[in-house]
Amino acid sequence: MTGVTTPQGPVERVPVLEVENISVAYAAARGAVRAVNNVSFTLHKGEALALIGESGSGKTTLALALIRMLVRAAKVTEGRVRYVKNGAAQDVLGLSEREIRRFRWSECAMVFQGAQNAFNPVLRLSEQFSDTARAHGKGDRAWVKRRTLELFKLVRLDPERVYNAYPHELSGGMKQRALLALGVLLDPQVVILDEPTTALDILTQRAIIDVLAEMQDRLGFSIIFISHDLALAAEMADRVATMYAGEIIETGTVDDIFYEPLHPYTLGLLRSVPRLSGSQDLISIPGSPPDLISPPPGCKFHPRCPFASERCRSEAPPLEDFGAGHLAACWHTDRVVEARQGLWSDGAVVTRG
Amino acid sequence: MSTPILEFRRVSRSFGEGRAAVPVLRNVDLSVNELEFLCLVGESGCGKTTTGKILSGLLPPTGGRVLFEGQDVSTLKGEAYGRYRRAVQIVHQDPYASLNPTQSIFDILRYPLLRHGFAKNHKQAHTRASELLELVGLTPTADVIGKYPHQLSGGQRQRVSIARALTTQPKVIVADEAVSMVDVSIRISILKTLMKMRETLGLTIVFITHDLALAKYFAWEGRIAVMYLGRVVEVGATRDVTGRPQHPYTKTLLSAIPEPDPDRTRRKEQLSLRSEDVPSLTELPAGCTFHPRCPFFEPGRCDREEPELEAVPRAESDARVACLPLTEDGTLRPYGG
Repeated sequence: MTGVTTPQGPVERVPVLEVENISVAYAAARGAVRAVNNVSFTLHKGEALALIGESGSGKTTLALALIRMLVRAAKVTEGRVRYVKNGAAQDVLGLSEREIRRFRWSECAMVFQGAQNAFNPVLRLSEQFSDTARAHGKGDRAWVKRRTLELFKLVRLDPERVYNAYPHELSGGMKQRALLALGVLLDPQVVILDEPTTALDILTQRAIIDVLAEMQDRLGFSIIFISHDLALAAEMADRVATMYAGEIIETGTVDDIFYEPLHPYTLGLLRSVPRLSGSQDLISIPGSPPDLISPPPGCKFHPRCPFASERCRSEAPPLEDFGAGHLAACWHTDRVVEARQGLWSDGAVVTRG
Repeated sequence: MSTPILEFRRVSRSFGEGRAAVPVLRNVDLSVNELEFLCLVGESGCGKTTTGKILSGLLPPTGGRVLFEGQDVSTLKGEAYGRYRRAVQIVHQDPYASLNPTQSIFDILRYPLLRHGFAKNHKQAHTRASELLELVGLTPTADVIGKYPHQLSGGQRQRVSIARALTTQPKVIVADEAVSMVDVSIRISILKTLMKMRETLGLTIVFITHDLALAKYFAWEGRIAVMYLGRVVEVGATRDVTGRPQHPYTKTLLSAIPEPDPDRTRRKEQLSLRSEDVPSLTELPAGCTFHPRCPFFEPGRCDREEPELEAVPRAESDARVACLPLTEDGTLRPYGG
C-alpha cells in the first residue's frame, strides 16, 4: 500500500454509518439526564454532515456514543449504530472490547476539541504517530513513517521538521493540522470533528478549513462535524442536522437548512447570527434550553417558540419528511415558511430597527 | 472636535524586563470619543485586551500617556484619580471567572455601591442593586438577588458583570469579549441590552472582539480599530473598514471569514497570506510587522520602515491605515505581480 488513496468522482449515496433511534442518558443525583433522544440519521460516503446546536444540545454526547467513548455515567438506552464497509455491515454497539478498539481510528476517528492539549508534551510527534498506529494494530514502522510524512505534506506542514518536533515547537494552528493528520493516519472511512476551529484565530481557522476540504477531497472520508458556528457549517457541510435538547429537530441539505428552514429553532439560529455581507435585524431566541431531567411536555422547544399552540404543549411533533430528505419536527412549518420570508432579502444597505 | 473622553498617545506596554521583555503594545495612538461605540478587533496576541486594561486603569502603560478628558491619568491624584477609575469600568470575558463564587449577587453589587458611596446603607444598596438588575434584564430581580453565580447561566452571569460595572455610574464601559463565551441565541440579547443602556445612560462603549461580523453589526454607527501585533493598523468608520477595507491585513481577515450563507461563502474570494506563521512578539520583523505574511509586500520598502497611521490619498474610505504603499501611493500591488 502506498499510503494515501485517492478515490475521485461524484459523491455516491452509499451509506457508511446508519444511526437508528439512539438515546443516551446520564445518571445524575436528581434523575436521568436524557442527553440524546431517539436520534436517527445516515451518513453517506464522502459526505460532510454538520451537527449544529447550542451547548447542551447533545451534539458531543451523540458523537461519543457512535464510537462508544461515553463516560461511565452515560448509557445508550436504546438504538442501533450500523457501520457499513464494502457492503458488509457491523453493529457498532455490539462489538467486543477488542473489536471496538480496532474500529476506533481505523474505521472511525474522532478529533477532539482543544488541539493544544491533545499531544503528549514530552514525546516527539513521530513517536505519537507510531504509538497510535501500533495501538491500533499497525506495527510496520516504515509504513507508518511514510504515511505520516505524506499526511503532513497534505496538511501543509513541513514534513521533516514536524516529524521530529515536540508539540511545544508548533503553533496552535500547526498542532491542529497535525492532529487532523493523526486522525486520518489509519485511513478511516468516518472522521468526527468536535468544534474543529473553535478558539482558533480567523486566519488559522481559514487554513484549517482549506486543509480539511483538501484532505476530504484526496482521501474521500466522510465527516461528522460538531459546531455551534453556523458560518462554518455553511461553508463545510453538505448536509446539516440541527439539534435541540437532545433531538434532531431538522435535517436537510445545507441549502435546505440555510435558505428554506422549516423549524422555528433553525430559523431562530439563522436570525441571531450577524453576517459580514448583507444585513437584517438580529433577533435572539428568548429563554434558555430546557432542563433535560424534566423536559417540558410536548415539543421541547415550545416554551421559547413564537408559534407554540395548544397542540405543541401536549403532543411532541414527529420528524417528518417534507420532500427530498428535508426533515423537520414541527406542527407549524407553514408558519415558519411565512416567517422566513425576508430572511435573505438583503441588499448592500444595512437597515436595522 | 471636542476632547476625546479617553486617549492613547504613543502608548506602549511590555511585560517582563530587559532582554526577556515582551512588547505587547507599541506606540499606540487611539482616541475614544464621548458616546461613541468603538470596536477593537484583532486576533489573539494583538494587544486588544491589554489596551482595554490600560484604558480602564487596571494596568499602567510602560511608555506613552493615557489621557482621561484631556488629563494625563498618571498625574491624577486622590479624588480626581478616583473619578477616572469610577468613570471607566470593564466587563471581563469570562463570566465564570470574573464573579466571586462565594458572594451572592447582592454582595457582588453591594460592595462597590457602599465602597464608592453610591449607597449609604444596606437598604439603599438593596434598592439600587435591584434597579441595576432590572436595567440589565435580570427580572424578577427578587429571584436573582439572593442567588450565587453558580446558580445562574453563563448569559445571566454576564448580565451580572454588566450590572456590577454600572454600580459606579461610569461614563465608559470597556467590554472585553463580553459575549464570546455565551451561546449564539443569547449573545444578541445581551448586546442589545448594552446598546440600550448606551442610549439611556449616555455611555461610551469600547467593545473588544475577534468577531468582525459582530463588530460590524453593533458598531455600525461607530468606529472599528483593527490591531495587529501590538499596533493599530486601520481605524475608521465601521462602514468603511468593513465595506471598503484598505489595509492588507483587514482585507485578508475579511476575506478569510466564513459566512452563514452557503452560496456566498463558497463564492467568496480569498486573499492568501504568504505565510501562515504569526511572528513572535519577541522577534518582530523589521519595518511593517505584517510584511512577511502580506500578499502586497513590497521588498525594500515594507521591510525597512515601520508605517504610521495616515489617511489614504484618493481613497473612498476615510479610514487611517499604517501601510506605506497605501499612504504614499494610494494603491497596492500584489507581491511578485
